[in-house]
Amino acid sequence: MSDLKRGISRRRVIKTGMAGILATGVSPLIISKGAWAQEFCNNPEVTGKAVFGFNVPLTGPYTEEGLDSLNGYQLAVKHINGEGDGGILKTLKPLALEGNGVLGKKIEFVTGDTQTNTDVARDGARRMIERDGAVVVTGSVTSGEAIAQQALCQEMGVIYMSGLTHSNDTTGKDKRRYGFRHFFNAYQSGVAIAPFLAAEYGNERRAYHLTADYTWGWTQEESIKNATEALGWETVNAVRTPLGAGDYSQFLTPVLNSGADVLILNHYGLDMVNSLPQAVQFGLRDRQVNGKQFEIVVPMFSELMAVGAGEAVRGIIGTSNWQWGLEDEGTKAFTTSYGSEYGVPPSQAAHTSYVQAILYADAVQRAGTFYPPEVIRALEGFEFDGAGNGPTLYRDADHQCFKEVLVVRGNENPTSNFDVLNVIGQTSREEVIYDPSIFGGELGPYEPNQC
Amino acid sequence: MLSLSRKDLISLVIFAAVVVAMPLWLAPFGAAYPGLMQKFAIAAIFAIGFNILFGLTGYLSFGHAAFLGVGSYTTVWTFKLLGMEILPAIIFAIIVAGLFSLIIGYFSLRRTGIYFSILTLAFAQMSYSLAYSVLTPITNGETGLLLARGDPRVLDMAFGNQVDGAGLPFPTLFGMELGGYGGFYLCAVVLILSFFISQKIFASPFGMALRSIKSNQMRMSYTGFDIKPYLLTAFVISGMFAGLAGALMSVTDPLAGAERMKWTESGNVVLMTILGGVGTLFGPVIGAWLIEYFENIFSAINYNMLNGFFGFLPDGVRDVAVTVSSKFVGEGWHLTLGLLFVVVVVFLPGGVMEGVRRLSAYFKDRTGRTPEPVTKASAAE
Repeated sequence: MSDLKRGISRRRVIKTGMAGILATGVSPLIISKGAWAQEFCNNPEVTGKAVFGFNVPLTGPYTEEGLDSLNGYQLAVKHINGEGDGGILKTLKPLALEGNGVLGKKIEFVTGDTQTNTDVARDGARRMIERDGAVVVTGSVTSGEAIAQQALCQEMGVIYMSGLTHSNDTTGKDKRRYGFRHFFNAYQSGVAIAPFLAAEYGNERRAYHLTADYTWGWTQEESIKNATEALGWETVNAVRTPLGAGDYSQFLTPVLNSGADVLILNHYGLDMVNSLPQAVQFGLRDRQVNGKQFEIVVPMFSELMAVGAGEAVRGIIGTSNWQWGLEDEGTKAFTTSYGSEYGVPPSQAAHTSYVQAILYADAVQRAGTFYPPEVIRALEGFEFDGAGNGPTLYRDADHQCFKEVLVVRGNENPTSNFDVLNVIGQTSREEVIYDPSIFGGELGPYEPNQC
Repeated sequence: MLSLSRKDLISLVIFAAVVVAMPLWLAPFGAAYPGLMQKFAIAAIFAIGFNILFGLTGYLSFGHAAFLGVGSYTTVWTFKLLGMEILPAIIFAIIVAGLFSLIIGYFSLRRTGIYFSILTLAFAQMSYSLAYSVLTPITNGETGLLLARGDPRVLDMAFGNQVDGAGLPFPTLFGMELGGYGGFYLCAVVLILSFFISQKIFASPFGMALRSIKSNQMRMSYTGFDIKPYLLTAFVISGMFAGLAGALMSVTDPLAGAERMKWTESGNVVLMTILGGVGTLFGPVIGAWLIEYFENIFSAINYNMLNGFFGFLPDGVRDVAVTVSSKFVGEGWHLTLGLLFVVVVVFLPGGVMEGVRRLSAYFKDRTGRTPEPVTKASAAE
């Protein structure tokens, strides 16, 4: 194995030295000797099992997405282990997995509840790594969780595949060598949605932002602001609302007198499920301002939110990472196997989680080892197709996936509970690609730390 | 100055042995991994500090999480600005948390009883909101304060300790990185020191004065004592302990988030202290461990695990069993905690420590020796 040829780094000398000092000083350390005998954290060759850690919110404002993600992960494990109908393993190209686990090992998994709380998310990830022997941790529904877990996993030398996280920071300012994101980001939303906003609402608009007050909200506000101002729109005001506010009337009242004719809701999950219907109840959409019809835009959309917001969502424009109604082979394969497993169509949270787990497993198979630096190199610059978004690139410079972005609109005449979004446009990969240096940040070293 | 009574010395030695041997005796419970053991030690420090205020003076503060958060933020900022050495960061955190508690204590201690509790709660909620949204440039809001490669780290730069490779810097103790077990043993040593300090305070005239404040404030002031400085000192000491706990949280995991200041954290430490036994030396530690352990175990149980656990039952019965028990695990573990709390407060008002005392009295009785008079534990207020 290539890792055996490596020299001993200074960090290792210090760590091993420290271990030695502790071991001589404090006898109970004997039980930790297993941790130092491994070449890297939770090496499946040493522990004898390949454990995936699925860490998603099962409680809190993003519960729906979290449960859906977990369904996606469990389906992925089945497909990797060769159970079920194989899902996108039938359509993914190139593919190294053989449907018998990874490198001949069946995948096991452990789950955790992040409670939509960064501290809890990190505690959960640590439990998975330190106690349950997870060789990879994956899952998030907020960017706060994703960034926190990603930083932790880098310290532990365990790869982290983020789930649903839309902030530019995840693969921008706070990117990590051990963190990977399949989901799209706020910048791409801005680029994708702008032409549709111009076509529908014109080039002379006055926008008012309400923004969830954390990393994702900030970056989305910035990206959408940049994109709309490039159209010629004017930003009247941008107000931050606390996460999980529930009642938005105090934020909506000032909108009425601001002279704005577009309200942009940078809210996600339960926030949007609350804020959008409240905005509609305020009669905003029935108003005429500056001689124009007042409009509401929700730049980042998901089916679960659309279902939650009910009728308020009809006609609202936004963007999505993926939608189960797409016509390509990968989407069909995934939607079919998810539907037959759980009886409902998958959400984009389930999709991105499912794809991330498969991509990790496939990268391990291609690398021929679980050794993280090799797996990272197998993922960096990986070009694939058949996972539901057309040809996709895992860019090496920032670990961001580049693929088509969907522009969606709330269905005016839904035929079922799940038929809530119409895809009105697919912005091509070339259009949403950007220079990784605009967000700064550094990936960090390949060398794994010991956990 | 460092001497202890024989009884206290024995307790300290036993306590130290128990703490250091954690990786051994926790293994059968599935809790012997560094992440959780660090939390055990840190929560115990927090509870020990809280007990100095609540246990000795009877003043129930509902705002101690604020000091925990302040300690965490100070530590991360020290890492960012000065350098990755742990000791300066901890010392700064204790000082800043102390100053912060001095201010809050000065105002809150003008009132007693429920008014004091509400004042501390209000201050803590204020700090939480500040950290969560108003002071985002300092605290980074919901995302939490993280280290970055571009941080100034003046001292590290001055001594030429550049970050090797391209990764983030790690907190170091005299130049050594800690890692999981290293972090635990650091916390363990600090915990033993904290326990020792709490023993000294309990045994000192100062501790006696605090206890007399608890038993009868008015009589105390009639005898010529000015009780305010005593209370304020106790408040600041326990605030510093909370700052120390917050600092250790950030040392073992260099991140500080606003949710550490939330009222649930303040509530948690109250529960820990009462569950274990208010005003006892071991009580808060035991309470802290129990709660952390239950939180870790119960909150990780999910629907699938329950289904597996009740798998032996026939279908209908299993569904009922799973539905009912699922309310008590996962998110619902707070329900379990609540029940446990109610049971303890109703049947053992003195917490787990009273249970221990009753048991030992019972056994002494059976072996024919004269039972020691059980000192009446005061109920939670």
